[in-house]
Order: sequence, then C-alpha cells, then structure tokens
Amino acid sequence: MLTRSKRQFTENITGKTVAMVCAGLLVIVVLSITYFIASKGLSTFFVNGVSISEFLTQLKWDPEGEPARYGVFPFILGSFLVTALAALIAAPLGIGAAIFMTEIFPGFGKKVLKPVIELLVGIPSVVYGYVGLTLLVPFIREQFDVLGFSLLAGGLVLALMILPTITSVATDAIEAVPQDLRNASLALGATRWQTIWNVVLHSSLPGCLTAVVLGMARAFGEALAVQMVIGNTTKLPGSLLDPISTLTSGITLNMGNTIQGTPYNNALWSMALLLLVMSFVFIMILRLLGRKRVVK
Amino acid sequence: MRARVMDRIATGVLTLIAVLIIGALVGLLGFILTQGWHKLNLDFLTSPPNIVKAGGGIGPQLFNSLYLLVLTMLIALPLGIGAGIYMAEYAPDNKFTQFIRMSIEVLSSLPSIVVGLFGLLVFVNMTGWGYTLFSGALALTVFNLPLLVRVTEDALRNVPRSQKEASLALGITKWRTIVSVILPAALPGIITGAILASGRVFGEAAALLFTAGMSSPNLNFTDFTLAGPTSPLNPFRPAETLAVHIWKVNSEGLTPDARDVADGAAAVLIIAVLIFNISARWFGTWVYKKMTSGSN
Repeated sequence: MLTRSKRQFTENITGKTVAMVCAGLLVIVVLSITYFIASKGLSTFFVNGVSISEFLTQLKWDPEGEPARYGVFPFILGSFLVTALAALIAAPLGIGAAIFMTEIFPGFGKKVLKPVIELLVGIPSVVYGYVGLTLLVPFIREQFDVLGFSLLAGGLVLALMILPTITSVATDAIEAVPQDLRNASLALGATRWQTIWNVVLHSSLPGCLTAVVLGMARAFGEALAVQMVIGNTTKLPGSLLDPISTLTSGITLNMGNTIQGTPYNNALWSMALLLLVMSFVFIMILRLLGRKRVVK
Repeated sequence: MRARVMDRIATGVLTLIAVLIIGALVGLLGFILTQGWHKLNLDFLTSPPNIVKAGGGIGPQLFNSLYLLVLTMLIALPLGIGAGIYMAEYAPDNKFTQFIRMSIEVLSSLPSIVVGLFGLLVFVNMTGWGYTLFSGALALTVFNLPLLVRVTEDALRNVPRSQKEASLALGITKWRTIVSVILPAALPGIITGAILASGRVFGEAAALLFTAGMSSPNLNFTDFTLAGPTSPLNPFRPAETLAVHIWKVNSEGLTPDARDVADGAAAVLIIAVLIFNISARWFGTWVYKKMTSGSN
C-alpha cells in the first residue's frame, strides 16, 4: 500500500479548505450585500418614519421640501416604462435576428454574425450613453421639436444595449433544438417558416423568454446610459417624448450630493433596496423558466 | 400556395431585421470610431485633462483604468479560481452547494450600481479609506467573481477524466493532481475567461462612481513609491477611470471641447474593449489548436 507523508496529508486538507473558503466567500458577499443594503434601505421606514405605502405609491418626490415628501412612484414607473419599452423593441428584433442566424443563413450566422454579436455584448454602458447623447437626443429634439431627453431616448438606448444579449442567448436556445424535429416537420411538407414558427420557436420558447428576461434585468439595473439620456425629472410622463427619472438615475445623480444618515440619503438607499428586490424577482422568473425547460 | 407566400414574406422580414441590426451595430461602432479618430494621438493619450480650457487629454484616466484592472485581477483571480476549483472538484451535492450556486447567480445579475453602493458603505465608509483605487478594485472583484468562478468551473470540468484518474492512480494526492495536472490543462479556458472579465472591468463605471471616486489627484509620474499621495502606484488614492471620465465629461463637462474629449475617450475605450474581446477569442483558438495538434 502506498503511504502518504504527513506533508502530503496536510497539503490535501489545506488545499480543500482554501478552495472552500473562496467558495464560501461568495455566499458571505451576497448575504452582506443584502444585509447592508436592506439595513440602510429600511431605515427610511423604521428610523425616519416614512410609511412604506406612501413611499411606494405617492407621486410627489420633494425630499428637501417642507414638509419633505418621499414618493418614489415616478422613479418606479420610469424604471418599468423604460424597461418595457426597451424589451418591446429589442425582443422581436433580437429573436428575429437569432432565427435568421440559425435557420435562414446558418453558415454566415455562425462564422460572422455570432462572434460580432458576442463582441457587442462587451461594449460598456457609458459608450451607449454617449452615443445616445450625441446622436439620438439631438435627433429626437429636431424631429419632434421637444427637449430630446426622454423616455423614448432611454428606451432606444437600452434596446440597443440589450439587443446583443437577447440575440446571443436566443441563438443558443434555438441552436439547441434537435435537428430531427425540423426534419420531421419539413418531411410533412411544412414550409421553412411553418417549421420555424410551429416547431423551432415552440420548442425554444423558454430559452427565448429567458433571453428577454435577462435583457430586461440588465435594462432595469442599468444606471449611467439611462441617466445620460432620460432627462431626470420626477414628473409623470405624458408621452414617450417627455423626460422622466428611473430608480438608477435618481440614485446616481443624488447619492453624492446628500449627507449620510439624513432622511433624503436614506430614501436613496431605499431605492437601491428596491433595485435589489427587483433583481431577486428577475432571478426567480429566470429559475421558473429554467425549470420549465427541464420538465419539457 | 398561401403557405409558400407566407414563407417568402417571413424570410424577407427576418432578413430585413438582420440587416437592420447589423446596420445599427456596425453604424454604432463606425460612429464612435470616426468621431474619435482625429483625437487619437500620443498627446491626447498621455496629457492630463484640462478642467476649464480646451486641449486636455486622458492620460491619468487611462493609467487609472489599467492600474485598477491589474489590482482587481490580483484580488479576483485567486478567489475566483479557488472557488471554481471547489465547485468543480470538491462541492458535494447538498444544500450548501446549491446555496453557493444561487449566490453566484445573484451576484451575476446584481445591477452594478447596487454593487457600487455596497462598496460605498463597506469599503469606503466603514473602513475609513475614503474613495480609493483599492475600494474600487474590491467592488469590481464582487462584480467579476461570478464570471471567473463559472469560467474556472467549466474549464476544470472540461479536462478529460482519464488525465485525473491517471494521476490519482500514480498515488498523487488529490490536491497535487488538481494543481499540477488539472489546472494546467484548464488554463487556456481560464485565461480566455479572465481576458473577457478584464474587458468588463475596463468598461465598468457605475460601480466605480461610489468607490474609486470621480476625481484623480495630480499624478507625478516620476514618483513610484506605494504610499505617496501623488504617486500613480498608491492604491489608497482616489482615481477616476476612463469610463467614469466619459460619463462625467458628458454629464457635467465644463471644458469648451468637452464633446471632443468625450469623442476621443469613447473611441479609446471602445478600442481597448474590442482588443480585450478579440484577443480572448484569438487566444482561445490559438491555444486550442496548439494543444490538440501538439498533444500527439
């Protein structure tokens, strides 16, 4: 029998322990992020005595007024509107491009388009914001004779940002559909489009939805690109061309100008807590979609 | 007959979508590069920015971005690889492992501004360091860890089982096997992932607004001590990175040529990120070819 020296034995144990500590660190980080953001975010309600329902539903945001008002509904609405707008634009385009790449022009898709799209996933958000600011905002201003900084600008910039993400994930989902299914459908005399619509899209639906939800999660949490083009007013928008604020843009703009521990500052942390809660919600949706895929 | 027509129409629409997307994305890159092209000279890349007059450069910002990247990777790589080793080689199938997996999922979908705020609370305020490069590096570590863990785990799992078994059969301890057999074989995958992660670090801004700060002291590039307040290498000084600079110039730039500086900085940033992405891709295929043809 091979005998192992004591040194080897301790090395084995130390190695395993070090690796385990690294992995455990991930758990600690997640727990401490949740704890710290929650403890700061909840102090608005428990220390400053703002009621949760007022915070979530009131329309008036005037933290420096007398009396101060902490209604963040305009921010929440802004975040949801801009995310929905981005998803409405990017989802059909992204999934359409994914179908084109896999079903209609697969050679070109795999060799050229897919790498290019994956490359674009890595473009930093400030660059999208910069392009929005120098190209899109002036364009909207001239076309519609408005300010330009608007919900529309925010939605378009975010749509462009999440388009590569959606295309890339949806492409993987569609590629995973077994070739046999397509062949069977085509053998029955279905056209290529009938096959795509009834067979390919049907069986890759959870994957395509995952792609859209991932894109929406990214859009909801995006801060700087949105802040640069959305205008940042806390009035409710009357149209797509009106400026508005989002949770992220509100935090970005004001966090540096407020003093730690004041009710105004705490209210911003509560907005961060809302972002955190929303990202948990997105994860839950993604998990549900993932489970569905396993069952089918 | 109607199915045939429908097929034609659908193909046409999908092609149109693909052309539209390619056009938009190529246009985006083209716009950034052509706008910034005239600014790309040595003077712009090395001189410090000018707050009130025209003609400033992005030297310190570029240096800060690169230095922050090195610092982040020094912290994040060992932790990420360690956790990846645990997940691939040790993690038993139990609740704790599931919890780690969920933590990875949560971390990878957290909005970067939330990570930045956590950094502000813990690495900036609680430690008393203030806005420092080191706080920024820690925040970016949090941000990058899930990607690195996932990449390492995948790379380790892709190493053929026979290699591991051969080593274990020779009586080599599990830890030695991991370090000297499995890890080297997985290295190409890990390096590719690390380069991709570097690209993200380079372009990240939202998490850095609240950790590394939005200003840079006057750097003295002849002082290479680690503690001097104007030393570029001092990790405990505030540092504005290139991505943060782009955001700042666009939202509150006072220089008459703010637009010019933004154009140039965006072009530099995008070129850097493209280099990271393309080199990761190129490196991956190069090592793969070398390993598969050189192995027998």
